Amino acid sequence: MTAEQVNINLPEGSIEKKTTRLNLGPTHPATHGVFQNILEMDGERIIKAESTVGYIHRAFEKLAERRPLYQITTLTDRLNYCSAPLNNMGWHLTCEKLLGVKTPKRVDYLRVIIMELSRISDHLICNSIVGVDTGAYTGFLYVMQYRELIYEIYEEVCGSRLTTNMGRIGGFERNFSNTAFQKIEKFLEEFPIVWKEFENLFNRNRIFIERTAGTGAISAERALNYGFTGPNLRAAGVDYDVRVHTPYSSYEDFDFIIPVGKTGDNYDRFMVRNEEIWQSLSIIRQAYEKVQAFKGAEADVYHADSPEYYLPAKADVYTKMEALIYHFKIVMGETDIPVGEVYNCIEGGNGELGFYLISDGGRSPFRLHFRRPCFIYYQAYPEIIKDTMLSDAVVTLSSLNLIAGEMDA
Amino acid sequence: MSITHDFIQEKLNNQFGDKILNWEESYGMLSATIQHDHNLKVLTFLHDEPSLGFQFLTDITGVHYPERKGEEIAVVYHVHNLKENVRLRLKIFVPIEKPDVYTATGLFSGANWMERETYDFFGVNFIGHPDLRRVLNVDEMDYFPLRKEYPLEDQTRIDKDDEMFGR
Repeated sequence: MTAEQVNINLPEGSIEKKTTRLNLGPTHPATHGVFQNILEMDGERIIKAESTVGYIHRAFEKLAERRPLYQITTLTDRLNYCSAPLNNMGWHLTCEKLLGVKTPKRVDYLRVIIMELSRISDHLICNSIVGVDTGAYTGFLYVMQYRELIYEIYEEVCGSRLTTNMGRIGGFERNFSNTAFQKIEKFLEEFPIVWKEFENLFNRNRIFIERTAGTGAISAERALNYGFTGPNLRAAGVDYDVRVHTPYSSYEDFDFIIPVGKTGDNYDRFMVRNEEIWQSLSIIRQAYEKVQAFKGAEADVYHADSPEYYLPAKADVYTKMEALIYHFKIVMGETDIPVGEVYNCIEGGNGELGFYLISDGGRSPFRLHFRRPCFIYYQAYPEIIKDTMLSDAVVTLSSLNLIAGEMDA
Repeated sequence: MSITHDFIQEKLNNQFGDKILNWEESYGMLSATIQHDHNLKVLTFLHDEPSLGFQFLTDITGVHYPERKGEEIAVVYHVHNLKENVRLRLKIFVPIEKPDVYTATGLFSGANWMERETYDFFGVNFIGHPDLRRVLNVDEMDYFPLRKEYPLEDQTRIDKDDEMFGR
């Protein structure tokens, strides 16, 4: 048998076409989430990108308009699901600001421990995924076991792992168990060694530096104009951190620094997140010592004294009249919340996570708006990846730490 | 020197006079209600005036007040002076029949999607916006879901028979 040569008949004019349209997403292994980008490609170079979001929009703002405050916590879990406790705490702090609930110091410190743990888990995912996208899978698998340990701590504190629904307005649902403290100790002991190894693998790795340095850069000026916050803004050299600017949950009691980058490229974002993990570890250590310093009755405080919003102990519900009434009113969501308008923000995993809550005095918010840092900085993506290679665009996507849940609300 | 609320009020009142309709302070944040066609002028002044320096746009969102006849839709801006760490809230009210508002995209690139989101949920028409399309909802949607005339489904209804989800 002889092979016969067949001429390929190209459609008229097709050879003249200089650019190709490429569809990246909505579901693609390299996007780590549901986003679509329609890329106009010249060879391997992107000349234009158009982003589409909203594939997992779940109407949280509308749903929140019917729910009593404590039921909205479960909605906040599903925003940035890599650091759900941060969102939970941000929401509780917003409610406490509106309701005028003052939390005891021990609650603040326990919250700080949890918030910094979830910041570590958020940054850990982001940085190890940057590793995966640049071809280093090992780091990701290796550090993942410490996210597992963080999740075990969550489990010990609140009973669940990913969508935590952790805490209540005024504090935590129960005191931290001894096992929880032991696990925190274990984490503080073992994780730094592992993270040092992870850093050794990447920080001075030539392949990694060549893939990340100088790609996906944004200047400080443009980043501010786009409303960047969090590690992505700090990588561009602006030292804005909500924890320092407007301390909440007693962050003013802790000693830590805000790492900043210089060029705002993928490498700086990676390094800023790395350093923030070290800072978070130091904050957890300080908070842990402060928590251990409470003695006597103070060592058992885990919630504020606000019976109108904080569920009473189950034993009291069965035996005391007031407790039963409060239990019923809280569970049925029949406590009217005060009239007011409050904007409260915390430093989330990705930046300033804000809650704009308007109450008209009913049982649920009149309007609730989430300021989702992801949604705001993702619009800069087409500008960042313009005139870069496709493979760099994928690294940029993961180094911006885009979480579809947070973006689409 | 930190910028006080009194200083901001004085500056804006001097510049815009009766175009600032109302001042209030709630939970530590100063809030100004502006005549609806002056939003961009006030934002530009806040941005460019060196003694104010509100150069960071935190958020844009909408609110629907069905009871306020003739000014049902509110557009709320949160701006932030990062150096002095002062925040300011600006509000404008527009009628629901003609929710026309000037866009802030020329001043802040980040306003683009925030305004698209506000359009998406409240139908606010941002005049001059480069690409005013829906952002989170499907393009075919023909209503603005966060308006109050669209209530959530009654949780107690029993006329549905859904084999999959059992209700």
